Amino acid sequence: MSLSTTLYNTFFRRNSIFVGSIFAGAFVFGIGFDSGVTAFYDRWNKGKQWKDIRHKYVEAAEEE
Amino acid sequence: MLSRQLSPGALRKAASLPAFGSKNALRSPRALAVRNASTASSSTAFESFLNSRITLVSVSLFTAGSVAWYTHLYGSLPFLAQVHASHASDEGLHPPQYPWSHKGVLDTFDHASIRRGYQVYREVCAACHSLDRIAWRNLVGVSHTVDEVKAMAEEVEYQDGPDDAGEMFMRPGKLADYMPPPYANEEAARAGNMGALPPDLSLIVKARHGGADYIFALLTGYVDAPAGVEIREGMNYNPFFPGGAIGMARVLFDGLVEYEDGTPATTSQMAKDVVTFLNWASEPEHDERKKNGIKAVILFSALTLISLYVKRFKWTPIKNRKILYDPPADKTH
Repeated sequence: MSLSTTLYNTFFRRNSIFVGSIFAGAFVFGIGFDSGVTAFYDRWNKGKQWKDIRHKYVEAAEEE
Repeated sequence: MLSRQLSPGALRKAASLPAFGSKNALRSPRALAVRNASTASSSTAFESFLNSRITLVSVSLFTAGSVAWYTHLYGSLPFLAQVHASHASDEGLHPPQYPWSHKGVLDTFDHASIRRGYQVYREVCAACHSLDRIAWRNLVGVSHTVDEVKAMAEEVEYQDGPDDAGEMFMRPGKLADYMPPPYANEEAARAGNMGALPPDLSLIVKARHGGADYIFALLTGYVDAPAGVEIREGMNYNPFFPGGAIGMARVLFDGLVEYEDGTPATTSQMAKDVVTFLNWASEPEHDERKKNGIKAVILFSALTLISLYVKRFKWTPIKNRKILYDPPADKTH
């Protein structure tokens, strides 16, 4: 069975599977894309954002 | 000029030559028709070059372009002297561009700087300037922890009410309260500052030409007035302020505040920190906005590429088709 036949039988034969896989794909892509961009953004701005300096002040508050 | 000796018809013929300078043009009968005994062939080529329409158009375009370029570069037409009633210093000195830590399209604010800048605002600027649009809660997760902000808010008394008896009462501040103003109203602010109103700083970075650069230059740019510039009593000279005379005196001096993280509190350090803080106050959405910008650029460029590919894909058969004509066979004889 060739790849295109497998693809057809898996995703395109039934409309419910087709639409469902589009929705699931959008969901997974959204999460992956968001975390990818965020990882790049945090690495680019390393040490500048609040989450990078937060630990200094939270520990100080707990010691008091 | 030679052209004066020629008939208009001959000139027109010369001008309508296909291309000046080409060898064919020189040898053509038309070129010969306008040549007279005293003229060399090279002169005829020059003649036709001078009289060609292309030369006229390109020289006109060059002239107009030069004038436009000069006007764009220097702001006035060339060779026309101008007199202005105002002086350039009335506009204020243009601030230099500073390398802010949040200047690039991918750069967030330096939040340690925002925290120091808040300290400078609280200890120095807040004596005269309000910050109406920033609430205590806005600092949480940006420059301070929630416990720190709660403690800071509780130090301020806010009026609340009415209570059961219809009386207004004072209570300690909460996270939802806005920054306390230094003066009760605008009239009190003017009265306390010899008629000059200290502007609210919430949106000041957006509200001034030059933005952060201007405010930094203003805070660090106080100098003695140059000779010939008269500053009234109670005013101060600052070349970056439009007009030069500003009501606010220089407030930032080395060592004015003591930073908790040990950063040396020089004048320029304090100015940089407070301007970063004010820039955050003007654009609290700044960091998130730039992150969304990255996402938008990636997604929209991918969609553009896909649509370009789909267009080419769909048009391929139309662009590559050939139409063949197969004439019907003549079967009559």
